[in-house]
Amino acid sequence: MVDLKVKLGRMELKNPVMTASGTFGYGTEYQDFIDLSRIGGIVVKGTTLRERQGNAYPRMAETPSGMLNAVGLQNKGVEYFINNIYPGIKQFETEIFVNVSGSTIEDYIITAEMLNDLDKIPGIELNISCPNVKEGGMAFGTSCLSAAQVVKAVRRVYTKEIMVKLSPNVTDISDIAMAVEAEGADSISLINTLLGMAINVEKRIPVLSTVTGGLSGPAVKPVALRMVWQVAKAVKVPVVGMGGIMNATDAIEFLLAGASAIQIGTANFIDPTVSIKVLDGIEDYLKRHKFGSVKDIIGALEV
Amino acid sequence: MLDLIVKENRQLNDQYFLLILGSLDKLPEMLPGQFVEVRVDNSPETFLRRPISINFVDYQKNELWLLIQIVGEGTRKLSLCKQGELLNLLLPLGNSFSIPSKTDSKLLLVGGGVGIAPLLFLGSKLNEKGIVCDFLLGGRSKDNLLQLKEFSTYGNVYTTTEDATFGEKGFVTNHSILKSNNYDLIYSCGPTPMMKAVAAYAKSTNTECEVSLENTMACGFGACLCCVTDSTDGHVCVCTEGPVFNISKLKW
Repeated sequence: MVDLKVKLGRMELKNPVMTASGTFGYGTEYQDFIDLSRIGGIVVKGTTLRERQGNAYPRMAETPSGMLNAVGLQNKGVEYFINNIYPGIKQFETEIFVNVSGSTIEDYIITAEMLNDLDKIPGIELNISCPNVKEGGMAFGTSCLSAAQVVKAVRRVYTKEIMVKLSPNVTDISDIAMAVEAEGADSISLINTLLGMAINVEKRIPVLSTVTGGLSGPAVKPVALRMVWQVAKAVKVPVVGMGGIMNATDAIEFLLAGASAIQIGTANFIDPTVSIKVLDGIEDYLKRHKFGSVKDIIGALEV
Repeated sequence: MLDLIVKENRQLNDQYFLLILGSLDKLPEMLPGQFVEVRVDNSPETFLRRPISINFVDYQKNELWLLIQIVGEGTRKLSLCKQGELLNLLLPLGNSFSIPSKTDSKLLLVGGGVGIAPLLFLGSKLNEKGIVCDFLLGGRSKDNLLQLKEFSTYGNVYTTTEDATFGEKGFVTNHSILKSNNYDLIYSCGPTPMMKAVAAYAKSTNTECEVSLENTMACGFGACLCCVTDSTDGHVCVCTEGPVFNISKLKW
């Protein structure tokens, strides 16, 4: 038997395969396709203090080996989540993280405080990297000072696992990673989407209503992998890698680069069963290479 | 998620083709107005699945029909698939057109271009309920009017073309039957300007109206939140709350 368990800060996941926020709804959208209890963890849709309608349509553009999105954190707010969504998902036999975003530090604090009371939510993913919201999101994640301020403030009120999701739209992502680690982040996830754009040349207008949007999919994988490798070397806390993972080989690359767990995002749209295939593929790889535990390959890259 | 086998790829003209898909297993129950998401294999230029409305389901032969217009690289790749190939589909997705309970309901089904596709399946389902409907189908030219024979088995077919190559000249909303008839319900699928014109006609005559939207989607099952339309309930996903909407729900 191969041991697939991984440590993530103070907690343990049954395996390193998670699904990324904004690509997996609340898990319920995938219940018809897969057995949710098999995956290591789910990060549910970005949640804000108050309801957000998100950006105007069009919000998506297909690009070579990927897509741009400009959803803009559409969600019904944390209170709705607690009263209407949480009761329906708390029985899922997987670890559920709530992705938390805000326009002000105060928003982050109140939202995190409200989520702290939910028994079946072992942690939050602090989103300081959403590129599609004017104030907040990425604005916090692009300077060491503001990133540290958000983490410090939330750390005071949130007692459970804090995973901080970083933006790749920075000069040196390792600096930001070290800054959030110093303020008490239990783990660090990366990368959020890369800022990009697309143009409709016939009409000479942007494809997205917001002009720019976040690029995801296999197009970003080499960039994501490089950043995960850099951050894993720079910090002691566990790193959760994501960015264009389409199959088990991609996932194993991230584990070798130093990620303790991985998140699958955009690939879920094309194959809603992909998380299970990635999990099975990792297990096959470990057997084939005679590793007893997935921990044996975390950061095992020989340079 | 199902792998279906291509039983036939019928090229209708240089713009349209009909895929007839089969399965060894019994096809799931599908409703008129629902759609499928087709994975486009061997297509490095495209990335996402393609949402395609259900054109017809023949439960006797266990066949699913997809009427597709070549609009880009994804649909062009699909147009090349050969008999015997497997296509991976997510199905059925979305809600459906409503079927009236009264068999003497007077119904008009208005389609434009490839938007006629779901109306054939709708017409067949209405027929099963004993309802004979009127089809009003429009296209730019004669080549855009497809499956007229199939439509005529389920009701009366009226047509318009913008260049007067077939039927009455002009847009569907110019057709003479709209002047001489009162309908209980109008269904519409086609280009957005056409559906908006149909919706305006329905409002002006106080007629119930359902339209099928085709916003661009990434997933098709409510996870990505990319395909939203502005409704009386705010932004809602076309893939799960639609694609069929009563026009009273839309901010048109």
